[in-house]
Amino acid sequence: MLANRKLILAHFWLAFAVFGVALTLGAWQMFIRSPIGTWLSNPELYYRSLTAHGTVMGYVFPTLVAMGFGYAISESALKQRLVGVRWAWAGFWLIVAGSIMAIIPIALGRASVLYTFYPPLIGNVFYYLGVVLVVVGSWIWVALMSINLRLWRKAHPGAPVPLAMFANVAGSYLWAWTAVGAALELLLQIIPVAAGLKTTIDAGLARVFFSWTLHAIVYFWLMPTYIAYYTIVPRAIGGRVYSDTMARISFTLFLVVAMPIGMHHTFADPQVGAGFKFIHSAFTALVALPTLLTVFTICASVEIAARLRGGRGMFGWIRALPWDNPMMLALAFSFVMLGFGGAGGLINMSYQLDASIHNTQWITGHFHLIFGGAIVIMYFAIAYDLWPHLTGRELLDLRLIRIQLWLWFVGMMVTTFPWHWVGILGMPRRMAYFDFGDPAIAPQALSVTLSAIGGFILLASGILFLVILARGMRAPQADAGPYCFAVAVHEPATVPVALNTHALWVALMIGLTVTNYGYPILTLALNEGTSVPAVYVGAQ
Amino acid sequence: MSARDLFTFRNRHFRAAVGVTAAILIVTVIGGFIVLPFAQPWVQFANAWDAICSAAGLPQRTAIVAAPEQTGRLSEVVLTSSTLSRSSQEAIGRGATLAQRCAICHGPTGISRADSPNLAGQYSAVIYKELHDFRSGARTNAVMSPFAVNLTDQEIADLSNYYAYLPRLPAYHPTPQLPKPNIVIYGAPMRGIAPCGSCHGSLDNKIGSPWLEGQSEAYMKAQLQAFASGERRNDISQQMRNIARAMTPQEIEQAAAYYASQPADVVKAVD
Repeated sequence: MLANRKLILAHFWLAFAVFGVALTLGAWQMFIRSPIGTWLSNPELYYRSLTAHGTVMGYVFPTLVAMGFGYAISESALKQRLVGVRWAWAGFWLIVAGSIMAIIPIALGRASVLYTFYPPLIGNVFYYLGVVLVVVGSWIWVALMSINLRLWRKAHPGAPVPLAMFANVAGSYLWAWTAVGAALELLLQIIPVAAGLKTTIDAGLARVFFSWTLHAIVYFWLMPTYIAYYTIVPRAIGGRVYSDTMARISFTLFLVVAMPIGMHHTFADPQVGAGFKFIHSAFTALVALPTLLTVFTICASVEIAARLRGGRGMFGWIRALPWDNPMMLALAFSFVMLGFGGAGGLINMSYQLDASIHNTQWITGHFHLIFGGAIVIMYFAIAYDLWPHLTGRELLDLRLIRIQLWLWFVGMMVTTFPWHWVGILGMPRRMAYFDFGDPAIAPQALSVTLSAIGGFILLASGILFLVILARGMRAPQADAGPYCFAVAVHEPATVPVALNTHALWVALMIGLTVTNYGYPILTLALNEGTSVPAVYVGAQ
Repeated sequence: MSARDLFTFRNRHFRAAVGVTAAILIVTVIGGFIVLPFAQPWVQFANAWDAICSAAGLPQRTAIVAAPEQTGRLSEVVLTSSTLSRSSQEAIGRGATLAQRCAICHGPTGISRADSPNLAGQYSAVIYKELHDFRSGARTNAVMSPFAVNLTDQEIADLSNYYAYLPRLPAYHPTPQLPKPNIVIYGAPMRGIAPCGSCHGSLDNKIGSPWLEGQSEAYMKAQLQAFASGERRNDISQQMRNIARAMTPQEIEQAAAYYASQPADVVKAVD
């Protein structure tokens, strides 16, 4: 059992509880703006719910999962006591306080600005302060991960850092740096206006700051998933990691190229020069590289497991895989969704192709498929894998787990495929209401209805997930043994210093941020007369 | 094994990482700032520097296209949720005295008999903005402008507070209440029209937007038409002009008739 199980369980339970609430809101939103729901006659309620859904799913839920998983990795991969447990609890309580502080104005309808803030919309100042607290809480985790690794290095000079911890710390550094963009937006632009110190806001500059955060945050969400691909899946299915070096290269590449690419979210923004949009577009293409490396390495690792189990032939080994193992199932589903989501993403990042789907439902379909699908299904897998080590009890009902994973996969497909489709047809996103009686959009009613049904399948799966975890807390006690990670085919005896430390990659990440963001931010900040009056949400 | 051994060009990993990153950056910069700008046959650049500045998004005024002539004044009023939020009894009293001269059109109790807006109980921010706009010329009206042009800031604030203080009374010519038309509660999403009710009451109220219940039908119709034609232009960021332009004549009539038929005392229910 893990020594810090209380800390990790607190993170996971809070993460999954708020996830359950936000998932319910999401399903309700799908329903209410579909032809099967009766229109509320009040768009404000829809945006209120949308803000809560996005804030929880974007900031609170994945951050808590990454933090809880990070503490588990630090303890079990480094095989040393976690230093700074009190600080870790402080970080946790900051997130609790921040979440409560943010959710009250949202519930009162005073902060219906959506989780991406959308200046010049301005909501209640406590909403933004709550988000800041959540981020500050997570920065404590970043510091703790770094400190624990440093202590380990001191005790093991020159030894290769265990892959799980190397990746975990890479993820924490990525988050630390990418959150700076939104922090700058909040502290310099939004909070002064929300607090009543200013009445105008430079919406263009604020959006550029947010784009700094908005894309790399996805890779921060992705990190626990990729860590699970490399360090949990091969062990769980009885295989080995095909290449430890390839894994390290993938994680370092994420550090470098996940960051300077966010402006592909601002392709339609006039305040950003076309040259910078092109650079960001090109770097976004590069971010496919670590994902392709990962898909290759993991497929090879899985093949090792299959051949060890007696699999033969060019493709015949696929049948020999342990398909009744939830981890195998989750990985396969995750890869399928990553494949479709990634293919859609290639369209979003192309300057010209994006024009046809920019700000349409395609985008919402895309990020739900990638984040809600490929990433979150591995969060489930991580929870299932860790649960016996956290509770000291066995998760017995593998059948129920398989059903839950199947439901999530099918639900996500049914939700997001029609969602992409109506996006191609031109249906805009962020709309509270569609009049499907209008002949222009009547043919889309079927797709939207399907999507809403998918939403309910996802809700059913989410509830089942919580039930399985709750039942796992009452199962008979069983010692799961020490928590361990997958072993590579060739365990590294020595690792080049570049791949055993993060400094070079963090330096490149910051360097590329300066080259790709420095000029646009400076010109916008120094330009006079670019501010517009704030639009106060819920103001009378 | 320290940072010193890593951050040096003697380390081949450092060389490779920095070299490849820099090479990609240079190639994309050349592509984005020189090759692609010149690849657009419909844009003419004087030289490479001109192309680079354009791709960087440097704000510049091109010599070929002159800035559009500014015709007429735009509204300069900035409203916040705290504009005139604290009114004193003295301000209301001063406003009541000043309002004597408004009564001929807007009625002694703030209820008009002459198709002018009913002001009794209107939001103070709304009256404040319109008087400022009439004074600055952002909004013009043959009757109203001369009244507004000599008002001081203090007088405008006092009048706004006074009318906001008055109780909302039934309209002078009440008509039977009409059901809500689609344009009021749903808008027309496909034409980019938000529901009238999302700003003007019925669903929600946004700062600076007047409540419309019981206002004169003829007046509201005339204002929508004036927004549509661009004759009235004191709306912030063209909000109303964009909406009115996209509305059909039938929708304009429906919206005006609906709001005119509503009793003014329902306004409070959604405040």
